Amino acid sequence: MNNYDVIIIGAGSVGVPTAMSMARSGLNVLVLDRFSSAGQGSNKAAIGGIRATHSDPAKIRLCLRTLEVVSAWDETYGQDIEWTEGGYTFVAYRKHEEETFKTLLKTQHKYGLDIDWYDKDDFLKIVPPVNPDGLIGGTFSPHDGHCSTLLFGHALHEQALHAGAKFRFNEQVIAIDVHEGHARGVKTDRAEYVAPIVVNAAGPWAREIGKLVGLDHPVNPDSHEGGITEPVAHFLGPMVVDVRPALGSANYYFYQLSTGQVVFCITPSPSIWGFDRRETSTFLPMVARRMVDLMPILSNIRVRRTWRGLYPMTPDGSPLVGRSQEIGGYIMAIGMCGQGFMLGVGLGELLTRLATGDLTSDDEETLHILSPYRQFHGEEALK
Amino acid sequence: MTTYRIDKHPILPISTREKVTFFWNGQALTANRGEMIASALFANGIRTFGHHPRDGSPQGIFCANGQCSQCLVIANGVPVKSCMTEVLPGMRVEPIDELPRLPEVTSIPAMHEIETIKVTVLILGGGPAGMSAAGELGRDGVDVLLIDDKDRLGGKLVLQTHRFFGSVEAVHAGTRGINIASLLSGEIEALPSVKIWTNSTALAVFSDKKIGVLRGGDEYVLIEPQVLLVATGAREKSLAFKGNTLPGVYGAGAFQTLVNRDRVRAAERLFIVGGGNVGLIAGYHALQAGIEVVGLVEALPECGGYKVHKDKLARLGVPIYTSHTVVSANGDDQVESVTIAQIDDKFQPVPGTEKSFACDTLLIAVGLDPVNEFTAKAREYGMNVFDAGDAEEIAEASTAIFSGRIKGRMIARDLGVTEEEIPNNWSRTAQILKSKPGRAGEENIPTWEEGVFPILHCVQEIPCNPCSAVCPKGLIKIDKSDIRVRPRFIDDPHQCLGCEQCVAICPGLAITLVDYRQNKEMPTVTIAYEFSPESLKVGGEITVTDSVGEVLGDVVVEDLRAIERNDHTVLVRVRAPKEYAKHVAGIRVQDPSISKPLPEVEERLEDDVIVCRCERVTAGEVRKLIRSGCRDMNEIKAVTRAGMGACGGKTCTPLIKRLFREEGVPLSEVEENVKRPLFVEVPLGVFAGAGSPGVDPTEQEEAGHE
Repeated sequence: MNNYDVIIIGAGSVGVPTAMSMARSGLNVLVLDRFSSAGQGSNKAAIGGIRATHSDPAKIRLCLRTLEVVSAWDETYGQDIEWTEGGYTFVAYRKHEEETFKTLLKTQHKYGLDIDWYDKDDFLKIVPPVNPDGLIGGTFSPHDGHCSTLLFGHALHEQALHAGAKFRFNEQVIAIDVHEGHARGVKTDRAEYVAPIVVNAAGPWAREIGKLVGLDHPVNPDSHEGGITEPVAHFLGPMVVDVRPALGSANYYFYQLSTGQVVFCITPSPSIWGFDRRETSTFLPMVARRMVDLMPILSNIRVRRTWRGLYPMTPDGSPLVGRSQEIGGYIMAIGMCGQGFMLGVGLGELLTRLATGDLTSDDEETLHILSPYRQFHGEEALK
Repeated sequence: MTTYRIDKHPILPISTREKVTFFWNGQALTANRGEMIASALFANGIRTFGHHPRDGSPQGIFCANGQCSQCLVIANGVPVKSCMTEVLPGMRVEPIDELPRLPEVTSIPAMHEIETIKVTVLILGGGPAGMSAAGELGRDGVDVLLIDDKDRLGGKLVLQTHRFFGSVEAVHAGTRGINIASLLSGEIEALPSVKIWTNSTALAVFSDKKIGVLRGGDEYVLIEPQVLLVATGAREKSLAFKGNTLPGVYGAGAFQTLVNRDRVRAAERLFIVGGGNVGLIAGYHALQAGIEVVGLVEALPECGGYKVHKDKLARLGVPIYTSHTVVSANGDDQVESVTIAQIDDKFQPVPGTEKSFACDTLLIAVGLDPVNEFTAKAREYGMNVFDAGDAEEIAEASTAIFSGRIKGRMIARDLGVTEEEIPNNWSRTAQILKSKPGRAGEENIPTWEEGVFPILHCVQEIPCNPCSAVCPKGLIKIDKSDIRVRPRFIDDPHQCLGCEQCVAICPGLAITLVDYRQNKEMPTVTIAYEFSPESLKVGGEITVTDSVGEVLGDVVVEDLRAIERNDHTVLVRVRAPKEYAKHVAGIRVQDPSISKPLPEVEERLEDDVIVCRCERVTAGEVRKLIRSGCRDMNEIKAVTRAGMGACGGKTCTPLIKRLFREEGVPLSEVEENVKRPLFVEVPLGVFAGAGSPGVDPTEQEEAGHE
């Protein structure tokens, strides 16, 4: 009764869609999570942006697949997940950002992505409330968008259950049973489960899980604080990203939900490493000044709530995905670097093919790029 | 247009504030300068402030305390809480029927760094507990910052027109709440080491041990205290029933704010749910304000409040339905009637017992919850935190005064500024003050028919001693070591001076004085009366009742007088036949026809029970999730949005827990939802150091000044 084909550790942005996909392919799947329900780790802390406009083909491919599923979700399942194809914009007020974006466009166009540069006047037509003083222009990718992490997380969980996946909450994994170099199952603080495949999808806790099989995954969480406002009448179409550094922070980004709230998030600089998810007094003044400066109309919108979430970071800002070379049956789907929500669906399907041995040549390329055994150098330009 | 202002009140002075003109939906209306928009709208008979963007349901006042966002309106283009925003001359106020539009902002506002201020002690809340603590610390010279979100100190004391129970020596018992507020605030304003910020709201406690404060309504500052004292009081519990979010259904505290603070006749016909002290007192306050009180329901077989409060209301002519509950509030855009029913021992309505009553307001007074989110966060973050008053434990205001003093002294000791011990009898007094009312006994009616003596219609053990303290000859005895013991008049009808001071001071209006000295067949009876004396005249007839409100007969008023220092209580002397003179305890003021039920029972749709009023989530939606196995309130929040609204789960969290219990799920199996800041919504520009947006008041001043 406690025998499964696959055990997934972590019912979050990666674990849940992976469970759905694997269960649909006929695998007998169990998902274990330390929290009381799905998505209670970093999934619910994500703000819901989904874009394919990255700069490496692995993430582009995975996110394109997520976009495909998300945009058809309502039609397919009759569940509103508040998907809005609002697009993404990156603003440029300095030569430095203009050049970075324009350089990236070449790569992005190579992969067929619909993204372009717009000079000031045209850019202001796309994002009218943005401060025009000193604006050079920016990029806009109309097919990116956003949906509710909460509703989509719940919908995926429902579909995973529907497909036959089992979930056990409030269970902490304390050991992974390895026999003759091969994973055989998982022991939690409550029970023991048997499966020939164990997937580490534990987000910021991935390193802890890795230690259970004697591996040291280079995944460290850093925290980003986010906030949400009261709902107001629609005034903003796309996600707005400003990558300029400032004192205490790197990039920040925000968009307006289909339900009217503005949700926002900032990257602290230097990074705040660790598992601390308690709110700080520095976040609001820091992000508010930058947002009001970029978009003065926001000075009147009332902030409703703030929270802090964890980005499981890797040395180069890209995920670590693939089979372990040391432990048979142990699969890593870790280090999403804050993009687990947009990668999750595409990644879940890839992991299913990895488990069932149905990898395509594109998959092989994706796994090569995201290999946990790659050499880490540099960082992705638009992490 | 009819105005709904209180133009006479037996206790409170009538507002003489300057009139200003403002506009509601383009129509010119009159407001009192300095009052809140919500009060100005109520004074003009407008009780529906808009419609919820999600389902078009009507919205109006709910907390009147800046905690929820039900009363949102657009004022000069900016969405604001109408209960916390002062009406300005010429202000254009519009209802919110869809999502509000952000006003245009053409240039970047000037922004400044957010200041961090270090203080020794930060006190959140300037009510009885916070003020008493500040007084204790200020007398020791401790540097204290006390903040309060209202424009004056006092907390809920400023709403209390009745005399307080408790101990005269310890907590000013026998004095009206409004006057205690002035006494306490006067004391701390004179202390040089105590700084007071009014109109200042605590927004969050951060993990770096700082408190985010919105100072004076438009400036964001961070306070870094050595010690935090949370004296934030309580919030009213809500109740799930059909029609529970109709405008006109709101808390008793909100009602007292509109009526006693702002002198607005907020209702014409009132029905009350809940027989605790808050509900009983609200009914009394309503009658004082000239508002009809149709009835009161209490689910338990006995009211939980002080029996003297209940009896006082019953004597005035308000029917009290125990073992009854509210079934529905009825009406389209606001409350037009209420339906109640008797309940069985499982608290389920008994079919066929429903009754409907016409009313325009339904007060919910089903208990209070401590405002303890600040304490919880501060403890989580390892701050040196204390709590006092209702924020620590729900009890009477007299308890809050005393617990504030104790906590003040504890903090002073903690800081090492005093070696003074906390007197042993303090904690004993605190225990006595917060004790629940004891069992009610029989009335002790003396057998004498001669002389003059008081009759103490005080039958329940409650902590109270003013009668004993005021008697010039010391004839009323109360156990000094335990003031909960019922007072006793000495066994002699010939020693009393007949000064009537005990009659005037009794907070429960439970003492009469019977005088046989002139006429043994028709003695006089002196009754305390807290209504306008113009309603009675010497020589006129009034209906008198016994202590629980049973009518005894009609009697003639012989004298009306006010004694020195009696603070608005009128002493009514009537001549009554000796057969019932000693049983006379009160005067009926409300005609029984007011309390008649409607001929037909009014019904309302089944699926109209709202648990989360911010996001319009029904009890049905939540039950469905619970039945599907959900045990995590975070998941309920994620799926339904219950708790994600402006109030941050303050109202729905207890209601959802109740649904779990009703569905047979013990709360030990339920994961609580994570509480996050902010506790009150504030514009982004304020955090940027740009001050509050909105209108330029000087410009409006010129436009709308009358």
